[in-house]
Amino acid sequence: MQTSLEFEAPLAELQTELDKARTAAKPGDDEGDRLVARLRRQLDERLGAIYAQLRPWQKVQVARHSARPHPLDYLRLAFTDFVELHGDRRFGDDHAIIGGPAFLEGRSVMVVAHQKGRDTRENVDRNFGMPGPEGFRKAQRLFSLAEKLGLPVITMIDTPGANVGVADEERGQVEAIATSIATMCSLRVPIVSVVTGEANSGGALAIGVADRVLMLEHSTYSVASPEAAAAILWRSAQKAPEAAEAMRITAQDMLHFRIIDRILPEPVGGAHRDPTAMAIVLRDALAEELDGLVGLGTTDLVQSRYLRYRGLGPYREG
Amino acid sequence: MREFLRRRPLHLPLPFGDNAHAEQLGQLWIRCPSCNEQLYAKEYEDNLKVCPKCRFHFRLSSQERLALLLDPNSFEELDHDLRGVDPLSFRSEGQAYADKLPGYERKAGTPEALVYGLGAIEEVAIVVAANNYLFQGGSMGVAVGEKIARAIDLAVSRRLPFVSVVATGGARQHEGVFALMQMAKTTAALARLGRVGMPYISLLTDPTVGGVPASYAMLGDITIAEPGAFIGFAGPRVIEQAIRQKLPPGTATSESMLAHGMIDMICARGELRSVIGRLLRLLTNGPCRRTSPGEWGERHQEAELSGVGEGLGLAD
Repeated sequence: MQTSLEFEAPLAELQTELDKARTAAKPGDDEGDRLVARLRRQLDERLGAIYAQLRPWQKVQVARHSARPHPLDYLRLAFTDFVELHGDRRFGDDHAIIGGPAFLEGRSVMVVAHQKGRDTRENVDRNFGMPGPEGFRKAQRLFSLAEKLGLPVITMIDTPGANVGVADEERGQVEAIATSIATMCSLRVPIVSVVTGEANSGGALAIGVADRVLMLEHSTYSVASPEAAAAILWRSAQKAPEAAEAMRITAQDMLHFRIIDRILPEPVGGAHRDPTAMAIVLRDALAEELDGLVGLGTTDLVQSRYLRYRGLGPYREG
Repeated sequence: MREFLRRRPLHLPLPFGDNAHAEQLGQLWIRCPSCNEQLYAKEYEDNLKVCPKCRFHFRLSSQERLALLLDPNSFEELDHDLRGVDPLSFRSEGQAYADKLPGYERKAGTPEALVYGLGAIEEVAIVVAANNYLFQGGSMGVAVGEKIARAIDLAVSRRLPFVSVVATGGARQHEGVFALMQMAKTTAALARLGRVGMPYISLLTDPTVGGVPASYAMLGDITIAEPGAFIGFAGPRVIEQAIRQKLPPGTATSESMLAHGMIDMICARGELRSVIGRLLRLLTNGPCRRTSPGEWGERHQEAELSGVGEGLGLAD
């Protein structure tokens, strides 16, 4: 399944041609194969050109694409033996955050991630990837467990933001986010965080404090979703595209600002076009980052994480 | 009791913005936005800007707040001139954020949305930080985050309790992801305060919203709220949009937070100084307190060096 995005419209014709050529090509039909290969190359070139020039709001569309791989896909494709653990031991189990131990290239790690659904039913179950307090408290429990057992932590971020609702407020949404951040700030095992889709608000940062922060090429990071920011700034969620532009939310901006350490290139035309290829890039990058961190002493680790966040953001004196 | 509290809050939270302040009726009178009572301005000032009829707590500037809380003449402001910049080159409706900052400063009377420094409450020396809601809704940008972190650093190095007063609409959108990151900056600083055994008292006033309570403001060892303050992750308007109905009365107020176990107490404005003073005396006089900071520091280092991680081959 491939839902085409608005800015991909110019390629529709070429895509149809390619699909036709593919169906027509018989085994051993060299001419047909060559046609398919030529069209494929053309399509990739034009897709590549379009994706190299995406505006921030277009990146938001890619980051939210319904076929974009989600953390559970990466757990299947880039990790092995993932065992999902449930519940915060306080009140409930929030399906917008998943987590548990898995192997990454033979090494045990603790994975904590947001999880969106792919269809309406799944999205209702996972609340569109917007966690409430139980989600953050489950994350805290898993962070502490990882620390106790000496497992490095890998988090994958993909959330429109923390959930907004009366019940969430009553069960301590703010406290849950704050405590998650605090837990990560002091955690004595390495943390690598990767933004796989959209990373918005305290709901993203609550599992995003890390020693190394990576982003997929077309993912975004923002203090609030463009819709929420537009509502706050201009009282109109319809101005989300303008907010996306003004707030500098792309992975490229984040690297420039030194908020993140590294961008992981996506397959031509976005991760949703080739989840397996994306997963391999992700797996290799995570393994490499962990290699760089497991040699550090715990004191150094916590201290350098402190310094990383203590130094963030420009201001002036006098 | 819970139901009672929920159904009958002291007063309903008001919309954000300046209209939640007193409405001036000529020179001598103002109107309470909660009960509509006309108040004689002098009486209102004398009553610490609390409505004598309905006990509505009007918002205070940081200057008023510090005058109310601290011992007279005990405040020594630090880093007065630390100001925000415009890290995104942010423009909104044709105007640059950088150009608006001086205007905020003139209106608020402070160079940023927070002041901090050394002070004393009932003769207990503290580090204190207070939001100024008049500056861009008390929002947390990089300068505010930096000041909070410096205040905490100072409390750590001087071994002093930290008292923070919050009045904020949340993270400052104009500073984008840098504002978001101040949540981690302030929280990371707090972890060090805990390690030197100094208490942190967080006072939440109207409003306490967004990234600030979702970081350092809700991590107090003791958390106190003024009556009727709006306290929550999202503001009333945003919650109403999300749930597509009017906000149930009492949602995300001090009273609801207390009923749900999220804060320690609600304290009327007139009592704050003596309650915080008593808490400070109680919390800084433990008989098991290590009096020598040196010894404490060394022990702490030792503990860190011999910490967990051996199992992973992480130990030094």
